[in-house]
Amino acid sequence: MSTRAALSRRRFLQLGLTASGALLVGFGKSAFARTTTQIELIGEDLVKLTGYVMIERDNGIVIGAPGCEVGQGVFTALPMLIAEELDVDWSRVRVIQLPYDEATDIKPADDVMHGNFNGISEGWKLMREAGATARWLLLQAAANAWATPVTNLHTEAGHVVHADGRKLSYGALARMAAALSLPTDPVALKDPRDFQLIGKPTRTADARAIATGQVRYGIDEYMSQVLVAVMLRCPHPGGSLESLDDKEARAIKGVVDVIRIEGPQPGEASAGILAAGVAVVAENTWAAIQGRRALKATWKPGPWQEESSSRLTASANALLDAAKDGIVLRKDGDFAGSRKRARLTLNARYELPFLAHATMEPPNALIDLRNDGALLVASVQDAPAAARMINALSGLALETIELRLPRGGGSFGRRLHNDFVAEAVLIAKLAGKPVKLMWMREDDLAHDLYRPFGMHELSATLDRRNRVAGWSHHCAATPLEWRTPVKQDASTASGCVETDGFPAGLVDNLDRIFHPLDSGMPRGAWRGQQHTFSAFAEQCFVDEIAAQTRRDAVDLRLEMLGASREIPYRGTGGPVFDSGRLANALKKCAELIRWKEKRSNGHGVGIACNFSFGAHVAHAFEVSMEDERLRIHRAVCVADVGRAVNPLGVEAQLMGATIDGISTALRLQVTVRGGQVQQKDFSDYPLLAMADAPDKIEVHIIESSLDPIDAYEVAIPSVAPALANAIYAATTVRIRKLPLLPELMRML
Amino acid sequence: MKNAESPPPAETGKRPAGGEDPASAFQVNGEAFFHSGDPAMPLLWYLRDVLRLTGTKYGCDTGNCGTCTVLIDGKARRACQVPMADLSGHAITTIEGLESNRLHPVQQAWIEQDVAQCGYCQSGQIMTVVDLLARKRRPGKDDIAAIANLCRCGTYPRIRSAIERALVLTRDSNK
Repeated sequence: MSTRAALSRRRFLQLGLTASGALLVGFGKSAFARTTTQIELIGEDLVKLTGYVMIERDNGIVIGAPGCEVGQGVFTALPMLIAEELDVDWSRVRVIQLPYDEATDIKPADDVMHGNFNGISEGWKLMREAGATARWLLLQAAANAWATPVTNLHTEAGHVVHADGRKLSYGALARMAAALSLPTDPVALKDPRDFQLIGKPTRTADARAIATGQVRYGIDEYMSQVLVAVMLRCPHPGGSLESLDDKEARAIKGVVDVIRIEGPQPGEASAGILAAGVAVVAENTWAAIQGRRALKATWKPGPWQEESSSRLTASANALLDAAKDGIVLRKDGDFAGSRKRARLTLNARYELPFLAHATMEPPNALIDLRNDGALLVASVQDAPAAARMINALSGLALETIELRLPRGGGSFGRRLHNDFVAEAVLIAKLAGKPVKLMWMREDDLAHDLYRPFGMHELSATLDRRNRVAGWSHHCAATPLEWRTPVKQDASTASGCVETDGFPAGLVDNLDRIFHPLDSGMPRGAWRGQQHTFSAFAEQCFVDEIAAQTRRDAVDLRLEMLGASREIPYRGTGGPVFDSGRLANALKKCAELIRWKEKRSNGHGVGIACNFSFGAHVAHAFEVSMEDERLRIHRAVCVADVGRAVNPLGVEAQLMGATIDGISTALRLQVTVRGGQVQQKDFSDYPLLAMADAPDKIEVHIIESSLDPIDAYEVAIPSVAPALANAIYAATTVRIRKLPLLPELMRML
Repeated sequence: MKNAESPPPAETGKRPAGGEDPASAFQVNGEAFFHSGDPAMPLLWYLRDVLRLTGTKYGCDTGNCGTCTVLIDGKARRACQVPMADLSGHAITTIEGLESNRLHPVQQAWIEQDVAQCGYCQSGQIMTVVDLLARKRRPGKDDIAAIANLCRCGTYPRIRSAIERALVLTRDSNK
C-alpha cells in the first residue's frame, strides 16, 4: 500500500464503543479529533453514525452503506466489500443507509476526484480496509484474551477461532476490541483467491422491504408539521412572473400559503434553481395540487422564446457546414493531408435529441430549517453539494446540516443536481415551516436538466487498401453549462463528446473539434454522459465505412483496434484504454449473436462496442420488420467491468441499461417549440413497456481479476448504434437521427 | 374517521367514529373507513397522505405509469385515477395488505428473482401481477405483454422470470 493510501486510511478510520457494547469501526474526516467515547450509538439511534461496522453483543452485524442507492446496487455491493474482509456470514448482516453530514464526510477531497461516494470503484479499497481493520481488532482482542499470538488464530463466519479449536464470537469480543488502538501499519487485505462473498451472486439487501412496500423513499417521508409544496414554474427558460392571481388557490381548503420564487438571474451559475415559479404550500398533497391548478399566472418570456428543435437542428447544421472556428479537442497527425492522399473520403452526420431523466420517483425534498440547524431528507447523489447549497441559501453552518439519503426511485443523472433542494430551501424559508417539495410528472418532464442536443459530423479517409487513414469528428452541441456565456475552451465540450473516444490512438490522423451551440434549455448529466453521443456517431459510422468498402463490420473494428495494447486515455476510467479488452468483448459478442451466420429470414444483425468509465462493452441485436413493426429477436450484451463484486447486481445493471438504451434509442426525445418543452406526460415520452422489451437480454460478464468498475452507466452507449446497425442490416435503411423509430417510419 | 383536509397522524383513528352512513364505508386492507373530505381526491393521495400507506407510489397523474396500482375488489386499478367518491362499498388492497405475516407468492418470487433495481415501480408491478395470476392460472404471452406498468430501470426480463417463479410457488402452495 502506498504511503498516501495508508495515511488516508488512518485519517478515516475511527473506532468506538457504543453504550450497548457494540464495536464500531467507521471513517470520518475528523477521526483524530474524536475520542472513542464521542461515538455513541444507543438503541435505535443508528442513523447518527457515518460509515461503519457495528457488531452487537449477540453477534448481530450491522453494516452502514454510504452514498445514495438509486438502483445502481451500491446499498448491497459496498457492504459486501466490508463483510468479505470482516469475515462474517452475509445472511446475518443487516445493512442500513448512512446519513451524510459535513462533519463526517468520508471522502478526502484529495483522494477522490468527484463529488460523492456512489460507486464500487471508489469503495473497492476503502470498504475492504474498514472490514479488515475491524477484523484485525477482533483478532487482537481474542489474542489478548487467550494470551496467545495472533498467528494461532483465524476467523470464520463472525468468530475468532483458536488453533486448538476454541471459539469466540465477534459479539463477545466487541467490547475488548473497542478498547484497542487502531493498527499503526496497514492491515493486509484478503488474497482474492480467498474471497467468499465477493464474486458471489447476492440479492439486493433490502429486496424484501421493497417487495412488501416497506422501503421508504424520499417521497414517503412524512413528519408532523411538514407542509407539502407544489410549484408552478415559468415555462420559458429565463422568463419571469408577470402577474399572479392566487385568490382561487388560496380559497382551496388546506392551502396555507402561496409563495413567489424569484427566478435565477441571467448569467447566474446553473447550480441553483431552474426557473422562476410560484409555490403552493398546503396541508396535504391533493390540496397543493389543486391550489396549483387554480393559480392564474402570466409569464414574461425570456430571451429564448424563438428557440425550437428545428431551429437548433438548423443552427447545428450551419455550424458544421461552415466547419470553422471550432474548439480543437484533439489533433493527431494531419487529417487534411490524409484527405488529399485518400482513395475515398466518407462523411455522415448524426443527430441526437434532448432527453429527460424521467425517474419513476420524481424529484422531491423534505427540508426542516431551524435556527440551530437543518434536516434534509432527499435522495441526492451529490450530498456535499446539497449541504453547501443549504448553507449558502440559509446561512446555517455546514456542521449543523443533517442529510438523510433515502433510497431513490431512479436517477440516471437527475439526482446529481440539487435544484429541487434549492427550491425546497427557498420555499421553507419564506413559509417559515418545514416543507416537503413534490415535483409532479409534468414538472419533471417539462423542467428537467436535459441531456444535451448534439449533431456529429464524421469523416473518414480510406487509403488504397481501404484502411482508415484519417478520422475527423466535428460535434455541434449544447454544452453542459447553460445560462452562462459559452466558454470557448475544451472544457466546454465535456458532456457532449468524448475527446479520447474511438478511434483516438488507433488512427494516425485524427481531428476532434467542438462547436458550442447556444440554447436556453437547462442541461445536465444523463446516464452514460458524452459516451452516448460519441458512441452512436462513431459506431454507426464504422458500420457505414464497412458497408461502403464491402468489409465485415466486426473485422473492420478489430482491424482498427489492432494489436492488444494500452492506449493513453484522459477521460474517466483512464489513464489507459485497453484495445485488447475491447476486442475481446466485441469478439465474444459476435460469437454469441452468431455474427457469421447467414440469415435469410429478413432478420438483420447489428453490433457496436465502446469503452467508457473503464469498462469495455459490446452490444449486438437481431431485428426484423414485421407489419411495419420493428421486432427485436435477440439482444446480447458483453461487458468487461473488471471483477464483478456482485454478479447478480452487475447482470441487473447490464440488462437494465440495455433496455434503457433500447427505450431511449427507439422512441424518446424532448422537443422544444416557442422556447417551451413539449413533453408533459408519459404519453408524450413513451418509455419502453413490457410489450416492446425483448423477452430476454443475453448478458455475458467477462471474467476478470482487475479492479471493479461500476456497471451502472457503461452499458448504455453501445445500444443505440448496435440497434441502428441492426436496422440497417434488416432493411438497408440507414438511420442517422435519434430516436430511431420515427425516422424509420419516415424513411420506409 | 379520516378527513383529507387535515390529515391526522397515521396511527390515530383509522376506524369509523360511528354515525356515518354505512353504505359510504369502504375497506382498505380489511379495515373499514369513511371519507368526509373532498370526494374528487384520488385514492392515491388518500392512501399516502391520510393512511400513510406509502407502498403505493406516485409516478404520474394520468394512469400511464402504473406505480400507484392497487387492487379494488381484487382487480388492478390505478389509484391516481379513482376518486374517493367512487369507493363506497368497495374493498381496496395495497401492497401492505397483500399478505399478513408471510409473503404472497408473487412477493416471494420478486425477492428470489432479485427483480428490483431502484424498486420504486415494483409495488405497482407486483399488484398488477397478483391480479393477473388471480385471473389466469397460466398467463400467455399476450397477457404478459399487456402489463403496462413502466419500469425506467428496465427490469422487465426479471419480471418475466418472477412471474414464472410465482406460478410455480402458487402451484406448490395449492398442492
